[in-house]
Amino acid sequence: MPTSKVASRADHALAVAPVDWRPIMLVLVIAVIGLPLVHSPSTWVTLTVAGLAMGLIIFIAAAGLTLIFGLMDVLNFGHGVFVSLGAFVGFSVFGALSSLAQGHDLAQNLAVIAIAILAATLAAALLGWVFERVIIRPVYGAHLKQILITTGGLIIGEELIKVIWGPEQHAFQIPPALGGALIIGDAAIEKYRIFAVAIGLLIYALLWLSLNRTKIGLLVRAGVQDREMVASLGYRIDRLFIGVFVAGSALAGAGGVLWGLYQEVITPGLGARLNVLIFIVIIIGGLGSVGGSFVGALLVGLVANYAGFVAPKVALFSNILLMLLILMWRPRGLYPVARR
Amino acid sequence: MRLKLLSGDDIGPRPLKVLLFSVLLALAATPFLLPGAKPINVAAQICIYTVLVASFDLLLGYTGIVSFAQTMFFGIGAYGVAMSVTAFGATWLALLGGTVLALLLSALLALVIGLFSLRVRALFYAMITLAVASAFQTLVSQMSELTGGEDGLSFSLPALLSPATTFFDGKVLGLAITGRILCFYLIALACLILFLMLLRIVNSPFGRVLKAIRENDFRAEALGYRTVLYRSLSNVVSALFATLAGAMLAVWLRYNGPDTSLSFDIMVSLLLMVVIGGMGTLYGALLGATVYVIAQSYLQDLMKLASDAAARTPHIGAVLATLVSPDRWLLWLGVLFVLSVYYFPDGIVGRFRKERARALSAR
Repeated sequence: MPTSKVASRADHALAVAPVDWRPIMLVLVIAVIGLPLVHSPSTWVTLTVAGLAMGLIIFIAAAGLTLIFGLMDVLNFGHGVFVSLGAFVGFSVFGALSSLAQGHDLAQNLAVIAIAILAATLAAALLGWVFERVIIRPVYGAHLKQILITTGGLIIGEELIKVIWGPEQHAFQIPPALGGALIIGDAAIEKYRIFAVAIGLLIYALLWLSLNRTKIGLLVRAGVQDREMVASLGYRIDRLFIGVFVAGSALAGAGGVLWGLYQEVITPGLGARLNVLIFIVIIIGGLGSVGGSFVGALLVGLVANYAGFVAPKVALFSNILLMLLILMWRPRGLYPVARR
Repeated sequence: MRLKLLSGDDIGPRPLKVLLFSVLLALAATPFLLPGAKPINVAAQICIYTVLVASFDLLLGYTGIVSFAQTMFFGIGAYGVAMSVTAFGATWLALLGGTVLALLLSALLALVIGLFSLRVRALFYAMITLAVASAFQTLVSQMSELTGGEDGLSFSLPALLSPATTFFDGKVLGLAITGRILCFYLIALACLILFLMLLRIVNSPFGRVLKAIRENDFRAEALGYRTVLYRSLSNVVSALFATLAGAMLAVWLRYNGPDTSLSFDIMVSLLLMVVIGGMGTLYGALLGATVYVIAQSYLQDLMKLASDAAARTPHIGAVLATLVSPDRWLLWLGVLFVLSVYYFPDGIVGRFRKERARALSAR
């Protein structure tokens, strides 16, 4: 009788790994610490929503990068190009459909954003495919060369964007129906931020479902844990990797549209700058862990907004400080991937 | 030829030696051979960039870690001098004080960054330095009352180094010896000494441990070397040399701003110079810097001419003109960089040495 009890407990442990709640609690703790620092509750609500929106957008752009690293040990310093490309393609879609983008009809506004995201996703996916073939394929397994080559790819991509769209910055306006703020009590919450939070959560849910409820997702997760084992079971891990690379680039493109609208102004260097935050997020989360980068992105978004309000000069280094503190707590990130 | 001055580091086959020493001679003779402000400026920048590239090679080529913060340390040196001279006037003490403070700050920063990120994983280092360097760049542009923001700082030097000072009444070999010429030779001499010091470092037992870590850090650790300690030390040494190069750049230009010492473009050109010269071959720094600085100084003018000429040809003229316009400089730099990492990973010095090794093994 006792043996079967032990066995059933073991089965249970195999089926569902216990969730590590402490990093998730940390997000709440940061939010609670923010309240007395900011003083006014209404400002706190505004900043918290802004932080969540920022975090979720960063997460969309970061999720692909962490999977790309986890699956194939490829560190892509050119990931920011997909973000920039997405933002500029979205900008062009807004320009082409200006009657929809500037009308006050919510449905039309949402449609134009959807089309922009779709176009940006496709463009970034295409570029991702080319990038993987031309830039990354020849340097598998050599970290030093990967860093150098993908940095070169970043420069080339950014310069090509300048060739097409020009080097200057463009105003990227939020469609009118999503512009402005909602006033709840004393707190003003920008509508676009609520929209970004909703989109971010939707994409997270879709990503979670495809990673946890589909065969391909299972293979991707298994590949992150142990690439060779998946390959030895007869799966073409390299094809899986191209798929993940393209999907990750596409997500970054979608993130680019959202980030461009969040900033309301876009420059060719936008992706490279966001890339810095993306790196911080995936290091905090633990390289290869999608859940980790989700929590990491929320932390980065919240800390950036609170610090930006409380002490703007310190805010520049707040994310780096956050990263250092978290690495002191968990040297391999919040959710270290087992193999590494 | 195993000169003691070169720390016993064999340069390579004879053609390479000839090439290297002719570059050195040409640099030393530039003020006399090519009068005018531009050639001497190019020569001085080559000297300074050689030290910067060599310091970066210590990290990239010898220790095998990628840092994106090298221009940050370069910038700290340049800003140290510029801010100190702006605040305390054009005295030698201000120059020295600014440099020393910059060195201290660089050492501290390099140590902290190194200990934190290298302790965890050497791979993190590239990402973390990128984050720190970009935050530093923003900080510098925000503290515009001290740093001059995007405009930078212009300042004057002690009278001895000023272009208005002349030392002889007549000309020496057809050249008026001014403070500017003295400044050039002082900087060139300092660069030579710093380069020889770096050569000494990479050929010391310490340098050998760095190479061991680059080849196999696990094995180096197993042999009893604390890899974190060695990597962090190499990081600090590299940062100090970069800081000195930055200080010299500020002295030479009598100006410092984000575009001359801090920008990401400089970081990319630095990577390119290391790769062209040859990673892990300190002599490559001189060749890489020479090729790059000359190309940057003269090719951009050429591109402008070509672009103007192309614009006048019918049909494909407009497309061609955009492609070769000086605005596309960074694009071609990126393409060149990717191509060199693929097809020319050994660089000039590495290629020469490989050819010789092949010839020897064929014999």
